[in-house]
Amino acid sequence: MKYLTEFRNGEIAQRMAREIAAVATRPWKIMEVCGGQTHSIIKNGIDQMLPAGIEMIHGPGCPVCVTPLELIDKALAIAAQPGVIFCSFGDMLRVPGTEGDLFQVKGAGGDVRVVYSPLDAVELAVKNPGKQVVFFGVGFETTAPANAMSVHVAKRRGLTNFSLLVSHVLVPPAIAAILESPGNQVQGFLLAGHVCSVMGYWEYPPLAEKYKVPLVVTGFEPLDLLDGIRRAVVQLEAGRHEVENAYERIVKYEGNQAAQKLLAEVFEVTDRAWRGIGVIPKSGWRLSAAYREFDAEERFHITGIHTQESALCRAGDVLRGAIKPAECAAFGKECTPRHPLGATMVSSEGACAAYFNYGRFLSAEELVSAGSGLTHG
Amino acid sequence: MCLAIPGKVEEIAEENGLRVGRVNFGGVLKSVCLDYVPEVEVGDYTIVHVGFAISKIDEETAKQTLADFRAMGMLDEELGSEEDAFARAAKAPQSSCPDGSCSTR
Amino acid sequence: MAEHGKTGVPDFSNWSCPLPLVGYPTIVMGHGGGGKLGNELVENLFLPAFRNPALENLGDAAVLELAGGRLAMSTDSFVVQPLFFPGGSIGELAVNGTVNDLAVSGAVPRFLSVSFILEEGFPLAQLAAIVENMAKAAATAGVQIVTGDTKVVERGHGDGCYINTAGIGQLRTGIAVGPHRARPGDAILVSGTIGDHGMAIMSVREGLEFESQIRSDCAALNGLIGEVLNATGEAVHTMRDPTRGGLASTLNEIAQSSGVGIAIDETKLPVRQEVQSACELLGLDPVYVANEGKAVFFVAPEAAEQVLVVLRSHPLGREAARIGQVTAQHPRMLVARTAMGANRVIPIQIGEQLPRIC
Repeated sequence: MKYLTEFRNGEIAQRMAREIAAVATRPWKIMEVCGGQTHSIIKNGIDQMLPAGIEMIHGPGCPVCVTPLELIDKALAIAAQPGVIFCSFGDMLRVPGTEGDLFQVKGAGGDVRVVYSPLDAVELAVKNPGKQVVFFGVGFETTAPANAMSVHVAKRRGLTNFSLLVSHVLVPPAIAAILESPGNQVQGFLLAGHVCSVMGYWEYPPLAEKYKVPLVVTGFEPLDLLDGIRRAVVQLEAGRHEVENAYERIVKYEGNQAAQKLLAEVFEVTDRAWRGIGVIPKSGWRLSAAYREFDAEERFHITGIHTQESALCRAGDVLRGAIKPAECAAFGKECTPRHPLGATMVSSEGACAAYFNYGRFLSAEELVSAGSGLTHG
Repeated sequence: MCLAIPGKVEEIAEENGLRVGRVNFGGVLKSVCLDYVPEVEVGDYTIVHVGFAISKIDEETAKQTLADFRAMGMLDEELGSEEDAFARAAKAPQSSCPDGSCSTR
Repeated sequence: MAEHGKTGVPDFSNWSCPLPLVGYPTIVMGHGGGGKLGNELVENLFLPAFRNPALENLGDAAVLELAGGRLAMSTDSFVVQPLFFPGGSIGELAVNGTVNDLAVSGAVPRFLSVSFILEEGFPLAQLAAIVENMAKAAATAGVQIVTGDTKVVERGHGDGCYINTAGIGQLRTGIAVGPHRARPGDAILVSGTIGDHGMAIMSVREGLEFESQIRSDCAALNGLIGEVLNATGEAVHTMRDPTRGGLASTLNEIAQSSGVGIAIDETKLPVRQEVQSACELLGLDPVYVANEGKAVFFVAPEAAEQVLVVLRSHPLGREAARIGQVTAQHPRMLVARTAMGANRVIPIQIGEQLPRIC
């Protein structure tokens, strides 16, 4: 595929990894915020290519992982109702709520459907006037334009049977929260390239300045990731803390103006609870007053939810980069991909699932002592 | 939140008030909403996330970036400092098999 | 043969049946009752399609002649949706699936039974198309459908049509294959491209559909396997046809069964460009995507080249490739060398692979 395959060239990747090794003189800890980047790093083995000492910490950029438990429970309650067609991206189907997940609701007779785009859900609403169609609007800023358009179209077409269950989260406040948290070890960030293609990267210079960390807008293919990491290391070695764009073919400083315009109309900033982390002020979006009628939480008035997070689950500590998955007492025992306690074990980019699947490669002793990350150094 | 892939716009039409493109992703065609990329025309490449084009791919920049990547590390090899770099990049695998045994074809 | 249209519903306008189906255009409860309606289905639909002496006796059991030796038996149920998809239908799947299970066990498939569970209201024309496809697939595979059953469930209690097939085959002499017989050093070969079937289904699945030329690879493998066994016999230790769960699931199962490690090279996996593109679009990994016409072979290393030549000489094996080997390291784990030259563990999948946005 053009503009994809070329950025997966193994030979060039090896050379770029050697470049990073040539530049690094000290250990550095870099976080990639975006779950898609985590997925690519693990799948391609990028972290194995880095020199010993350069450690990738997987951040909370998995909207699946950070969607609050209470909202999952509301989703389950809505999906179980007769007369509802509950639509979602595939990622959310196995995220555990307090009792069960969307898959189980489907098994019990709920009409739960995986769609590719929120507009598919709008079409379902048009085709099924007798049903209430609810779309689980989860995601970071990348997905928000799609969700915004879905309610915009629903409003324009006068649909009364379409609503959005919103759980949008924003990247800049998340980065700030990580940098503020006591014991933070992250020294540089790879910024989520597709989030930035929508929002631009004008929000980040104040963060770089305030916390003195390099922030590099980075893509998703192996060569893009290696380049982003290289640039972060170069800055760290030189004592610089600037915002850099390593994804120039897609990302512009001002971002996508057309998308930002509709986002400003459809959404407004709100405080959001991040599962495992807690409330981060002004870190999410909810529907604005003009679009509130399409809010599924308001339309369905779900009550009587008793949210209970597993006492053993330390997903929050993992998401903040405070511990490695292997350092959680439940890891690999009570908590496995087959029986996940928290979202970081469910999602394929959740750090715990990624470590579980990769970590089986090592002996038990190596896993326990994996203090500097699961690297061969 | 970030799975977006590049595709080539082959046709553009209006559907239900939206600007919709028929986009070719390496032989697979899908309808994509182009409302957020009014500058994209037929023949352009765009990056698509959940059925929406969110950015035009700047082909010149893409070519330059690739050229920069290709050039990376070449100077090192020419100057013969490859062994140092190798020693530091301790994890670059040396054999073509994960378990270090025979070579595959 | 009923043509497949874009929406997955066949076009019957060109289809002609030697005997007109009497009476009802859709399945009713009575068709499963064993009375006149049921008999009509047998006489007018199943019998003409599957025609063979064992079936025509219409006894409660088929009486079969088999030469001495060991038998293999296999059963599988088919619940695919949609029933008709690019490259095939539930009918071919039902025949080829069981034929292939027998073939990879080292048996020559001979006889099949078929059971239908039909939903009240299911169009007879669709049933007829499915049956015709089954007849063709059986003829191609050289097997006979010798006994069957039909039940009908109430509207809303079934997805139109479910099929179960069971099959009997005769084990070849001198062949001993099994998932537990893979040993370190064995070369691993795959007979062709992976992920075709699963992505063909995805392309017509509501909510995820896309346009492409991807077709299911559904095919009977007994001919191909027969040639491999004739050429190299004892050198083949394990054979499997990766279906649901894809190549990754099959290799993991064999690694578990045999207690060995498996190392593959991702760059050697044959994947059609369009299948790869469709996987990129939906965030799927081809190694986990279903196949219905491919086989994996674990062979003694000295025979690997010969097996490859045999495979590539057969129409179903043109894109056969050597993808890795069995190792004593990392036992019970499947490890792949990525295009980057790094290693990743490919774990057993938990449940169905779902499209993702992350």
